[in-house]
Amino acid sequence: MVKRLAVGAHYGLRDWLAQRVTATVMAIYTVYMVVRVLSLPAFDNAAWRVLMSGSFTKFASFLFALALFYHAWVGVRDIWMDYVKPLSVRLILHVMTLLALVGYAGWVATILWRL
Amino acid sequence: MARCLGSVNGVKGVSMAETAVKKERPKHLNLAQIRLPLPGYVSILHRVSGVGLFLCLPVLIALFGASLGSAEELECYRATMAYSVLGLPVVKLLLLGLLWAYLHHFCAGIRFLLLDMHVGVELPRARASAWVVMGVSLVLTVVLGVLTW
Repeated sequence: MVKRLAVGAHYGLRDWLAQRVTATVMAIYTVYMVVRVLSLPAFDNAAWRVLMSGSFTKFASFLFALALFYHAWVGVRDIWMDYVKPLSVRLILHVMTLLALVGYAGWVATILWRL
Repeated sequence: MARCLGSVNGVKGVSMAETAVKKERPKHLNLAQIRLPLPGYVSILHRVSGVGLFLCLPVLIALFGASLGSAEELECYRATMAYSVLGLPVVKLLLLGLLWAYLHHFCAGIRFLLLDMHVGVELPRARASAWVVMGVSLVLTVVLGVLTW
């Protein structure tokens, strides 16, 4: 009989699923925005501003940003886990990545709701 | 003791487990010598493009914010976009590179989603879809790059 060691924090399946759900959200948003931008009446800043000021576009854009940052967190964390072995260095990199992404989320929110 | 047991009982039990653990595995870590098949390149480019996009997030958010900011910020945005070194519009070229990274990540990601759902897992179809990912992401980069330049 094989005895398996039960190791890990068991976030594997959750993150695997989250990576796919956030990817799908971003893919749908990307197609939506490409269509919206290509069908703008003019390719200038005024039209761009009107597009981004729409309340649905704001909502969708913020959702996209959150999906992006969660997706980036899972992806970048996997990279640190693959290549950085010393635990202390890895922990610092994880924390710095998380702080950067949370900061980006706040930054995007201020850009969108300043409009 | 284990070795002794192994020799008496044949190849099983403790001795087999021990040899499995101690067995030296071959390592092929010379990156220059490894010949990846195309799906391998799609896979590593998925990671590389993801890292590039992540590292450039502050630049992208700053440009996004400036494009929607005050008149001053908009001026700054325009100057940044027009910035060139030795006649090369380096900011626009960087953004073109990031556009490719995004589109490659997008196409390769959809391929991985399909593979997850057991679509196209057979080798010939997986190879074909890897070619499609490389081709479609490049063509889309050219098309969207020309449209938005």
